[in-house]
Amino acid sequence: MLSYAIKRILAIIPILMGVSFLVFSIVYLIPGDPAVKILGQAATDEAVAELRKDLGLDKPFFIQYGIWLANMLKGDLGTSITMRVSVDSVLIPKLINTLILTGGSLAVCLIGGLLIGLLAGLKPYSWFDRISMFFAQFGANVPVFWLAIVLMWIFSIKLGWLPAFGMYDMRTEGSTWSILQHLILPSIAAASVSLAVMARLTRSSLIDAFNSDYVKTFRAYGISEKNIVFKHAFRNILSPILNMTGLQVGSLMGGALFVEVVFSWPGLGSQLYSSITGQDLPMVQAGVLFIAISFVLVNLINDLLVASLNPRLRH
Amino acid sequence: MEKFEPVLETKQVLQHPLVFDRKENKLKKLWNVFKKDKLAVMGLFIILVAAAVSLLAPIIAPYDPNISNGSKRLLGIGTAGHILGVDEQGRDILSRLIWGGRTSLLTAVVPITCMFSLSLILGLLAGYWGGKTGEVIMRLLDVLFSFPTVLLAIVVSAIMGAGVLTIMVSCCLTMLPYMTRVVYTSTVTEKTKEYIEAAKILGANKLQIAFKEILPNVVSDLIVYSTSLIGVAMVLGAGLSFLGLGVQPPTADWGKMTSDGMKVLTLGAPHVATIPGLIILIVATAFNWLGDGLRDLFDPHKRTQ
Amino acid sequence: MALLEVSNLKTCFHTSRGKVKAVNGVSFSIDKGEIMALVGESGSGKSITGLSILGLVPQPNGKIEDGKILFKGENLVGKGSKEYRQIQGGEIAMIFQNPLTAMDPSYTIGNQMFEIIRSRGKVGKKEARDQAVKLLHLVGIHEPERVLSSYPHALSGGMRQRVMIAMALSCKPKLLIADEPTTALDATIQKQILDLLKKINKETGTAILIITHDFGVVANLCDSVAVMYAGRIVEYGETNDILSKPVHPYTKGLMGAMPEFQEPGSKGMNRLIQIDGTPPDLIELPEGCSFFERCNFATNLCKKAFPDATYANDSGTQFVYCYHSKEVV
Repeated sequence: MLSYAIKRILAIIPILMGVSFLVFSIVYLIPGDPAVKILGQAATDEAVAELRKDLGLDKPFFIQYGIWLANMLKGDLGTSITMRVSVDSVLIPKLINTLILTGGSLAVCLIGGLLIGLLAGLKPYSWFDRISMFFAQFGANVPVFWLAIVLMWIFSIKLGWLPAFGMYDMRTEGSTWSILQHLILPSIAAASVSLAVMARLTRSSLIDAFNSDYVKTFRAYGISEKNIVFKHAFRNILSPILNMTGLQVGSLMGGALFVEVVFSWPGLGSQLYSSITGQDLPMVQAGVLFIAISFVLVNLINDLLVASLNPRLRH
Repeated sequence: MEKFEPVLETKQVLQHPLVFDRKENKLKKLWNVFKKDKLAVMGLFIILVAAAVSLLAPIIAPYDPNISNGSKRLLGIGTAGHILGVDEQGRDILSRLIWGGRTSLLTAVVPITCMFSLSLILGLLAGYWGGKTGEVIMRLLDVLFSFPTVLLAIVVSAIMGAGVLTIMVSCCLTMLPYMTRVVYTSTVTEKTKEYIEAAKILGANKLQIAFKEILPNVVSDLIVYSTSLIGVAMVLGAGLSFLGLGVQPPTADWGKMTSDGMKVLTLGAPHVATIPGLIILIVATAFNWLGDGLRDLFDPHKRTQ
Repeated sequence: MALLEVSNLKTCFHTSRGKVKAVNGVSFSIDKGEIMALVGESGSGKSITGLSILGLVPQPNGKIEDGKILFKGENLVGKGSKEYRQIQGGEIAMIFQNPLTAMDPSYTIGNQMFEIIRSRGKVGKKEARDQAVKLLHLVGIHEPERVLSSYPHALSGGMRQRVMIAMALSCKPKLLIADEPTTALDATIQKQILDLLKKINKETGTAILIITHDFGVVANLCDSVAVMYAGRIVEYGETNDILSKPVHPYTKGLMGAMPEFQEPGSKGMNRLIQIDGTPPDLIELPEGCSFFERCNFATNLCKKAFPDATYANDSGTQFVYCYHSKEVV
C-alpha cells in the first residue's frame, strides 16, 4: 500500500508539470506580444519593456517557462489586467467559494445518487426503479446551465422558496444558514449529471453483486439476507462507487463553472467568465491552474482511498 | 494450373449472387434485432428528424431567424403565427430553433467524426505497439484528463477567441482523450486473445495484425462510444455557446438562445430560455439511446438475452 | 426412503424471447451416502437442476413451474425463503465451479468461514475458529491459520476449492451438491479434489450430487449417473451399467467423444466420435424426442412424443428414454 501511495503521488508530478506547461503556453499561443497581453492594451511602453525583461522574453522558451514556474511556486501569480491587483488576492477567496459549491454538489450527488441507486437496485424492475431509471437516462445529458435556469425559475422566481442570486444575503452576510440556503439550488443543478450517473452505477453494481457467485454461495450456506446485503453487497459496491466519485469530480467542477454564471455565485467560474470576456490573461491562467490542480489533488486522494479498500493492493 | 483451382473456386463463391444475398440478410437480421430496441429506434428517429429539419431550415422555417421585430416582443407559447412565441428582440423562436439546430448538430458531429480516425491511430499505437511512443501518448492524455472538460474548452477559447471554430476545436480536444482511451483499452484486451496469437503463428506482421485483426474489433467499440459522445459534445458545445464563447449574435444556436433567454427570465418569459435547453436535452439523449442500442447490437452476449 | 427424490421438476426462465424450459420434467433420487452424477453439455439444465434443489433459481425471471423435490420426505418446492434457509447450508450445501468468484473478494477466508459457522446457531468466536481449523484440516490444508487470514485471491485454485468444500462441510450437510467442482482446476489438482470428495463421502456419509460434463469424474467417483439433454434426463442408472453399456444414442455419442471410454481394440479406437449439430433451442423445443435432429437412429416415431422410460437391463438398474435403445447397442 505504501509503495503504491508513493508511486501514485510521484505520478502526479509529470501531470502537474504538463498542466502548468499548458497553462503557461496559453500566453504564447495567442498571437501578439506576451508582455502586452499580460499587462493589457493600456500599459505604458516602459512597463512593457520592464516586464519583457522580467519574463526573459529574449531567452529561450524553456527558460521562460522555468522563470514563470518559479514565480508561480513563490506564490507570485501576476497582476490582474482589469482589476490592477495581485491575482492571488482575488482568486483564492473565489477558489474557496467554488470548492464550497463543488462540495455541496458532491454531497447532493452522493446522497441522492446512492439513495436512488440503492432503492432501485434492491428491488429491480419495481415502479420506483423504472421511474428513477427513466429520469436517470435524461439526467446524464442534462445541460447544466439549462437545469440551473429551470430550477431558478421554479423555486426562486415562481415559488420564491430559495434565493436566486449570489452566495449570501447582504443583511446576514456570511452566516452558515444563509450560505446553505443559497447553496441548495446551485448544488442540485451542478450535481444533476453526476447524480444520474451515480444512481445508475449504484443500481447496476448492486444488481451485479446480487448476481455474483459469492452471493450465491452465501445464500447456499443459509446466510441471512440482511448480512448478504449489508456486509457483502455493500462492501463490494464501495470500490466502483468511490472510483466513479473520483471521475465525477471533474464533471461537478465543470458544472459548477456554469452554475456560478447562472446564479452569480462568486467563484472561479464567474471570475473566469468575466476574465475571458475582459481578456484578463493572468486571471485566466491562474484560474485554470487552480481548478486543474484541485482536480488532480482530489483524484489523488480518491485513488488512495480506493486502493486502501482493495485487499489486493493493501498487501 | 490445377493448384490454383481452389482459389478460383473461392473467388467464384464470393462473387456468387447468393453470397451477396447472405450479407444483405445479415444486415436485415441486425435491423430486425435493432428494431426491437424501442429506445434505440426512438433515438434514431429523433436524430433523423433533427437532421432533416436542420437541413431543410431555409425551406421550413416560417420566419427569418435573425430579423427583429420591435413591435412584437416576448410573446408566449401559442401566439398566433408564432407557435413557440417570440424572443426579447421580436424574433420567432421556432425559426431560431430550426436554424440553431444546424450549428448545434454541426459543432457536435464534426469534431467527433474528425477525431474518430485520430483516436483510432493513437489508441492502437499506445495499446498495441506500446513502448516509448505509447507511454508518451498515454502521459499526454493524462495531462488532458487532469482538466475538467469544460475547463479545457475554456482554455481553447481563451486562446482562439469566440467562434464556431473554437467550439469545434474545444470539442475535438476534450473528446479525443476519452475516445483514445476507449480504443486503448479494447486494443489491450483484444491483443491478448488467442486469435492474435494464431495470426502471429500464421506469420502476420505487426502492421497486419493491428489493422486486419485488431482494428475491426476495436472499431465497433469506438462507434458505439462515439455515438453516445456526440450527445455529450452537443451539451458541451451548447454550454460554451451559453458562455458566449461560440457563435456571435445574431446567429442562432441552442446554447446561445438559452443564455439570451436567461436575461428575460424575470420578465415572465421562461420559455425563451427553457425551450432550447429542452431540445438540447432531447437530441443529446437520443444520441445516447442510439449508442446504447448499438452497443447491445454489437455485443452478442447482450443480444441473446 | 431416499434422501432426495426429485420428480417431474420443471424450471423455466421468462425472457423477452419467450419461456426457456431449462429443466423440463426431471426425475431422479439419491440415497443416503450415495454419490450421483448429473452429466450433460453446457445448457442441458444440470446446473439449474442443482440450483432448483437448493431454492436458488436465478431471480427475478426464473421459476419452478412444476414437480416435487422431496428431501427426507418433505417437499421443498414452494417453501418460503425463511424456511428454505434451514435447508440451505444446514441440510444441503453447494460448491461451485469457480472458487475464486464464489468467495467474497473483500473479506478474508477466516471472516467468511466464521460467518457461515456462526450463522448455524450460537457459536462463540473462539469456537468458530476451532471449528474452522478442524474443517480445514479435514480437507487437507496443513496451515489453516495462514489460510484463514488470507484473502481468496492469494490462494491457489486447488486450495480455494478445498476451502469451498470446508465451508460447505461446516454445517454438516446431508447432501452436497458440487457444480463442476474440478472444471476450473489443473488435471493433477482435479484428482486430489475428487479423492477428497470421495474421502468425505466415506468418512461423513454425506451424499454427493456431482454436476459435470466429464465422464472421467463419473467413472472415478459416482455410484449412479443421470445423463441430461436439453432439460431432460435421457438415460439414468448405475455407473457400471451405463459406462459399460450405454444404450441412449446421446450417451454413446458423449462417451465416444472422450478417448478414455473407447473400448480397447475397437476399430474406431483412434478416432473420436463427434455428435453433429447443436442442441435445440430451449424456447421452441420439438414435441418429440429433443435429440431427434442429431440422432442417427431417429424415425418418425421419435418425432411424435418424448419416449417413456424403459428398463435397459434385466436387473432394473438402468433406465433409458429412447424408442430405439435396442438398436443402439
